[in-house]
Amino acid sequence: MDSVFNIDIREHIPNNPLLYQPPSYDSLLYRRKSSTVGSKRRSSSRGRFGSFSSVKSGGSTIKRQDDIEKSLLEQRAVRELAKSMKEKRAVRDQRSLKAQDLSDWGQWRRNARRCLKRLKDNAEDRLSSLKLWRSDIRQIEARFGTGILSYFSFLRFLVVLNLVIFLLMFCFIMLPIIIIPYTSANITQNNQDHGSVCSVYPSSTRLGLVIFHEHITDLLSGGGFLEQTYLFYGFYKVDKIQYPNGTYNLALAYLLATIAYLLVSLIWIVKRSATGFKQNLVKDEDSFQCFCNKIFSGWDFCITNEKVADLKRSSLLYELRTDLEEERMKQEKAKRTRKDKVQIYSLRLILNVFVMAVLAACFYSIYLATTFSQEQQRKQVKVNFIMDLIHEYLPSIVITLANFITPLLFSVIINFEDYSPAFEIRFTLIRCVFMRLTSIGVLLFSLWSQITNCGDEPCLCGYNTALYSCWETRVGQEMYKLTVFDFIIIVAVTILVEFPRKLIVTYWKSGLSDWWGEQEFAIPQNVLEIVYGQTICWIGAFYCPVLPAICTIKYFLIFYVKKLSLIQNCRPSTRPFRASSSNFFFLGVLLIGLSLACVPVTVSVAQINSSRACGPFVNYNTSWEALTASVMELPHGAQTFLYALSSEAFAVSFFVVSCLAMFYVIALAGAHKRVISQLKEQLVMVGSLQHLQV
Amino acid sequence: MGATASQLDTGKLSEYEELTFLTKQEILLAYDRFDKLVPKEEKNRIDYRVPMEDILELPELKFNPFKERICKVFSTSDKKDGSLDFDDFLDFLSAFSDSATLEIKSHYAFHIFDFDDDGTLDRQDLKKLINCLTGKADKTSLTPDEMRMLIDNILEESDIDQDGTVNLSEFQHVISRSPDFVSSFQIVL
Repeated sequence: MDSVFNIDIREHIPNNPLLYQPPSYDSLLYRRKSSTVGSKRRSSSRGRFGSFSSVKSGGSTIKRQDDIEKSLLEQRAVRELAKSMKEKRAVRDQRSLKAQDLSDWGQWRRNARRCLKRLKDNAEDRLSSLKLWRSDIRQIEARFGTGILSYFSFLRFLVVLNLVIFLLMFCFIMLPIIIIPYTSANITQNNQDHGSVCSVYPSSTRLGLVIFHEHITDLLSGGGFLEQTYLFYGFYKVDKIQYPNGTYNLALAYLLATIAYLLVSLIWIVKRSATGFKQNLVKDEDSFQCFCNKIFSGWDFCITNEKVADLKRSSLLYELRTDLEEERMKQEKAKRTRKDKVQIYSLRLILNVFVMAVLAACFYSIYLATTFSQEQQRKQVKVNFIMDLIHEYLPSIVITLANFITPLLFSVIINFEDYSPAFEIRFTLIRCVFMRLTSIGVLLFSLWSQITNCGDEPCLCGYNTALYSCWETRVGQEMYKLTVFDFIIIVAVTILVEFPRKLIVTYWKSGLSDWWGEQEFAIPQNVLEIVYGQTICWIGAFYCPVLPAICTIKYFLIFYVKKLSLIQNCRPSTRPFRASSSNFFFLGVLLIGLSLACVPVTVSVAQINSSRACGPFVNYNTSWEALTASVMELPHGAQTFLYALSSEAFAVSFFVVSCLAMFYVIALAGAHKRVISQLKEQLVMVGSLQHLQV
Repeated sequence: MGATASQLDTGKLSEYEELTFLTKQEILLAYDRFDKLVPKEEKNRIDYRVPMEDILELPELKFNPFKERICKVFSTSDKKDGSLDFDDFLDFLSAFSDSATLEIKSHYAFHIFDFDDDGTLDRQDLKKLINCLTGKADKTSLTPDEMRMLIDNILEESDIDQDGTVNLSEFQHVISRSPDFVSSFQIVL
């Protein structure tokens, strides 16, 4: 009966020689290697629910694989087996019985290994309990899910990053100056061209009777008594320090510390995003496996609150419906006629032009505000306390207003552009990111134009000495003001907007409270806020070495403010933000901020003449010259090596080699994809054969 | 804690540490919580089985749509009634701890989602799963058309050998490429 049955079927099977070949040596090797995977699965399936049949391997490899499996089982920790506690105990007793057969040396080795493992586990445990805010973040995770959790762990990361940057600046720049009185050291004062107009730096400390509110103005704007302190670049008017043991080149240290903190930030961010990036690179995240991800990993098992569970259910429903609609839209899109396409594209073009016009208007207003503010400060026009502050803070105010209005505008416009829902969210976010980070760029550009513009004739000292005797300090003050204002706004919005909103919605039921609704914790906007603050910190750290410490304290306080706001005022957002893609999104935006921050720092270090009246680079034309001057002092061999590294020949060949490496890797990835699809087809065929034979 | 903590001596503690992914503190906390569920007269029995209804009252499981499945999967009782003794309870917490491997989590997730315990996820299992995730009180929230389209899409993405069901290997393959799974499949006491 079986043979008849088999012969009938075989006639219908397509003649694939691959399926009839006995296992080749290569496939035997492959099976042996994959027996690590296979035996895992087999052992786990035999554990609790041993009802599946595993694919039997042929011939003499069975016995060998049993041996391998046994030895592999021994190598894996008992707790990694998916068995019940009773079965795990049995396996462990079996292993220890077997281990008693080993020699004393073998037993001692096993015990040593186990002790080391236990020590390592204990150490890891203790280290993770030292992590900042561990219990707070666990609390947030339980109530609000993993999307919001990622925002708070991102905040924690920034606190630690800023602390590290500050330690870097402190150890290499501030500490040598602080310990001068305690060691008998000489300062090599910068050679000043006495009498030259470039090196005049009037003191900005207020003399005579100082009104109290002027102190507050100084504190908030970084001027007055704060200007000539450790806070700003201008204070570090030291070139070299002669210690009893050696010479410390502070100018070079300042430059190298700047480069170091940018590099440290870059490496740390890239390392943190490496895991998320690998998964996102596989395929466009939103369309790859999106349904399986939502169904199998959709439920947050750490939810302990009934309201949150209901919300999670409705948000999952919403997400699934959105995805199904996207599928439907994709099918509809394919059916679009030519006329429809032309209509939609022209509409999109008009709207994009409109968006650009709005952005240009915002940037121009920032430029105007900056120039006006600088003029007012220069003229020293004192109207009264409040107006003075407004004049000082005008650029920050304009930037904040623009950053508040434009996202609302963008979310209205995107409705007309007829994109798929996922793309809508992404595109709006990209526009908001662009707006936020470019506004800083515009501010710096307007400052730069003020600094290097001396009217009609070329600048005497390379920069506008009449307005800025120490332009780096002025830029540092602007960055300081932006940071302070950002912090004030975040706290003010929480206290003055979100808290009353909660009160109104809870206690005063009316049309207003229905329309406004409860506050949602909008993750993207909050993330953009803190990335904006971090970009300012990176730019400002060169001009204001204490700024990273200020930012550390700022983010530390923002954590508690946001946590309070979250727990008291907010409900979880109805549109969930996936944890994994959020990590990648946060770090991606942070990287954009970092690359943007590098541009002004590079331009000011390499292009603009450093101040003659203040700072460590008085003896040099530009700050970069400090490095080239020290390179000249190196031994000849090192010099030629460094010159070779920076020559065009090296750069071109390095570029060509990296292009070749990239092409190779891309080709390899393409080949792997082809192999995967071939293996999938083979699986389908084998599966259908099995079904037919059964 | 008092008198009950002495029942969990250091020997047993280190044994549990070795056999699960939990730390000492987590095991002690679990013992404390489990002990609260044991009625007074049974406190001296080592292998007392807490009935399913009491386990389902734990705040960590109360609002979880898979709570019955979890109890059934981790229970080693002969009567298959979902009751858990302390060993089962630790197994459950170990699988859901943050140091458990992806393989353990995906193995238990598969069995939790396998509502009819036949070893594969067929259309009925997936339908029940979707209803758990989106429905309120046994009511389906999706229309039959949407449900059908959704299940078709899931099978398209995960069923490699195209036999209409998702077996353990296919499930583990899909989970290995799902970046959210490990962080969402966690329970902390």
